[in-house]
Amino acid sequence: MSSILIIFGVLAAITIATAFLTIYSRNPIHSAIYLVICFFSIAGHYLLLNAQFLAIVHIIVYSGAIMILFLFTIMLMNLNKENEVHKPRITRLGAIVSFCLISLVLIAIFVNSKPITDGSYDVLGEDYQSIKVLGKVLLNEYMVPFEFASILLLVAMIGTVLLSKKEKSEK
Amino acid sequence: MNNILNQIGIENYIFLSVILFCIGVFGVLYRRNAIIVFMSIEIMLNAVNLLFVAFSTYHQDAQGQVFVFFSMAVAAAEVAVGLAILVSIFKNLGSIDINNLKNLKG
Amino acid sequence: MEKNLALVLVLAPFLGFLFNVFFGKKAGKNIVGIIGTLSVAVSFAVSLYFFLQINETKKPIIIDLFDWFSLQSFKINFGFLLDQLSLLWLLFVTGIGALIHLYSISYMHDDENMHKFFAYLNLFIFFMITLVIGSNLLVMFIGWEGVGLCSYLLIGFWHKNQDYNDAAKKAFIMNRIGDLGFLIGIFTIGFLFSTIDFVDLKEVVLGGTNSGNTLWIGIAALALFIGASGKSAQIPLYTWLPDAMAGPTPVSALIHAATMVTAGIFMITRMNFLFEMAPLIQNIIAIVGAVTALVAATIGLVQNDIKKVLAYSTVSQLGLMFLALGLGAYEVAVFHVITHAFFKACLFLGSGSVIHALHGEQDMRKMGGLKNVMKITFVTFLIASLAISGIPPFSGFFSKDEILMIAFENNITLWIIASLASIMTAFYMFRLLYLTFFKEFRGTEEQKHHLHESPSLITFPLIVLAILAAIGGLISLPGNSWLHEYLAPVLPAVINEEHAFGTTEYMLMTIAVIGGLIGIGIAFAKYIKQNQVPKEDAQIVGFSKILYNKYYVDEFYELIIVKPINVLSNFFRDTIETALSAVVFGFGKAAEAVGTKGKILQNGSIGFYLFAFVLGVCAILTCLFLAK
Repeated sequence: MSSILIIFGVLAAITIATAFLTIYSRNPIHSAIYLVICFFSIAGHYLLLNAQFLAIVHIIVYSGAIMILFLFTIMLMNLNKENEVHKPRITRLGAIVSFCLISLVLIAIFVNSKPITDGSYDVLGEDYQSIKVLGKVLLNEYMVPFEFASILLLVAMIGTVLLSKKEKSEK
Repeated sequence: MNNILNQIGIENYIFLSVILFCIGVFGVLYRRNAIIVFMSIEIMLNAVNLLFVAFSTYHQDAQGQVFVFFSMAVAAAEVAVGLAILVSIFKNLGSIDINNLKNLKG
Repeated sequence: MEKNLALVLVLAPFLGFLFNVFFGKKAGKNIVGIIGTLSVAVSFAVSLYFFLQINETKKPIIIDLFDWFSLQSFKINFGFLLDQLSLLWLLFVTGIGALIHLYSISYMHDDENMHKFFAYLNLFIFFMITLVIGSNLLVMFIGWEGVGLCSYLLIGFWHKNQDYNDAAKKAFIMNRIGDLGFLIGIFTIGFLFSTIDFVDLKEVVLGGTNSGNTLWIGIAALALFIGASGKSAQIPLYTWLPDAMAGPTPVSALIHAATMVTAGIFMITRMNFLFEMAPLIQNIIAIVGAVTALVAATIGLVQNDIKKVLAYSTVSQLGLMFLALGLGAYEVAVFHVITHAFFKACLFLGSGSVIHALHGEQDMRKMGGLKNVMKITFVTFLIASLAISGIPPFSGFFSKDEILMIAFENNITLWIIASLASIMTAFYMFRLLYLTFFKEFRGTEEQKHHLHESPSLITFPLIVLAILAAIGGLISLPGNSWLHEYLAPVLPAVINEEHAFGTTEYMLMTIAVIGGLIGIGIAFAKYIKQNQVPKEDAQIVGFSKILYNKYYVDEFYELIIVKPINVLSNFFRDTIETALSAVVFGFGKAAEAVGTKGKILQNGSIGFYLFAFVLGVCAILTCLFLAK
């Protein structure tokens, strides 16, 4: 068992465990913390695959921005303690059923699609994913989506601000 | 220089991603707290991102990572707007139980 | 040039119609009357011009307007055929039409819808002209239908009275039954000969390779005859004509005496070459004509409404014309059409004058003694009555005598029937004359005070028509017939032999005249010498009652035809209609049920929606995966 496989296994275990705990825990703050740990483990996966830029961006955006937003919202709503009534039984059953169903479908698809090669993965021999190359690809071929992404973010900001404004007529 | 997938094998990544995605789906259907539902959606998005990066390594192509880049941008925007909506709902209804959001019935 | 003139001929009355419809109410009664009459007078002038032209050149004028529709081997044009026959018809249609328009200016002056009346009259003339000058059977059919329509509009002109509306409907429906026959005839002819143009048909039929088709030709001829009998009121489709007297008197004069009812005879004369190939049908036509003449004459003997007597007289005279047609004597029938148009129109207009003076009274038992007060009406009426009774030297004598001669030559029984009908005609016409104009006035004092001769616009057409009725015989004197020469190119060659004048002919003439005088004498004896007045309705018994009620034919039709149709309609409405409605509405109900059930899916809970979402994605993925 090579060391890389062990690292992969550990990281995968952390990912799955924290993801499960996110949805399982009662306290939303606990869920948020577990999710942060999950994101960190995924960033570890990215590093394992040699996608350095993406790993750092992942940590900054997800753990550093998105989860902060979540935490702020949770604290805004004072959801420290949660006494959540269980959903009716049929719903829980439905959820479990659909979980099994979709996992089966997806795995079946992937297993029966084009066969994984026999173990020899091709190697390009040159750098294809360092930040330099990534920058070139991003700003040459994907220039227009890049600009659109910025507009998207602008629109999201405007939307958010609008949604949070106090309605003058109501008060 | 060897492809790291030689040592890990792409099918492991596929399984991981699929299981992560299904956990996300389960979370969406199972929980009543809207915040947790959102978090489950984030899990789903991350699962997909992971798969993209794995395949980018498989094909030795940067385009997979570019897509992840954009996916992250979209996820960020979506979280911002979604949380703003959630806060509005909280202000109107007092709780964020998704079972209370039934006005569009019929 | 000729095309333009022909278009003027056809369109002048139509423009009159349009003017009267759109501007009539505003323009006022005088203008309406003048425009109406003028448009018909213009048509008369154009037809006179064409008539003189054809009289010289003796060649028909064919005008093609446009290709109407053309199938692979079958072409139908829309065009006009101006030959001797159609011009003769045009002359008296437009001429008498113009006179009647003139008459109507005064007669309908008190009516508030006078512009509508003139509009309908103009429309009628337009359609009649189209009928007469059409170059093929379909254009003629357009005119045919159109005159039926105008007849309906004009009979029901005073539409506030439901009885009149029923009469109009009856006329239209009976006409339609005949039209069905006509259409079947057209289709059969089109099928047999691949053309329905008159000129082409004549060539093809006379070309002579059709002896194998006699069955179909017979069917076509019979169908055409049914159409003609619907329009020209022969048995069994004659009951509409007496009821059609519900319309104003100028309508009766124009449509139901002189023009529309002659359309059937016109059509048969046009298609004479076809009928010549179906001798069985010709026999049927002759028999039907003779029987109709007799039956209608018997009914006319006891009627008390002045217009109904004239109506039955019309049916009877039309029967005589069909008798002549059935015996192959087309020009004799045409001659009688022309003379009948003159004297019958004069009689109707005269009766209209009487009715107008009596402010709407039509029952002869309440008239009498009018000859001193309405001198012109009386004199013209007398002349026309003498003409219809067949007294020389008036025109009716010549035409009726020719018919009797032809009948005698072919079949004695038919001659006896026709002569009986003629004697009865003389009787009831003079009965009408004596009851209306002689003896003492039997109406109210009020009416007696207001009796006066009608204004000149009414008496002028009467005078013109009476003169024509008197001298009309000149166009076809025995032995020297201008009409015979004139129509020779249109009619079959076989019948064109002139028979020499021998003792048989003179004897027959004398017998006819004596018969007429007998009829007049009996009427004189009854109503002048014995001073009889017809009984009131309740007192009529016995055979007279049967005659008075028209042999109960209307009731018979009601029982046999109308009631079953009503039952059938009720059946359709009650069972089939409800079943169909249930099916159609059932679709709506099914959709509604599905919708109601499907509404449950939209319960608004997000959890459920998400669940459905996931299921849907699974389903799509499975399908895509399996489809590989």
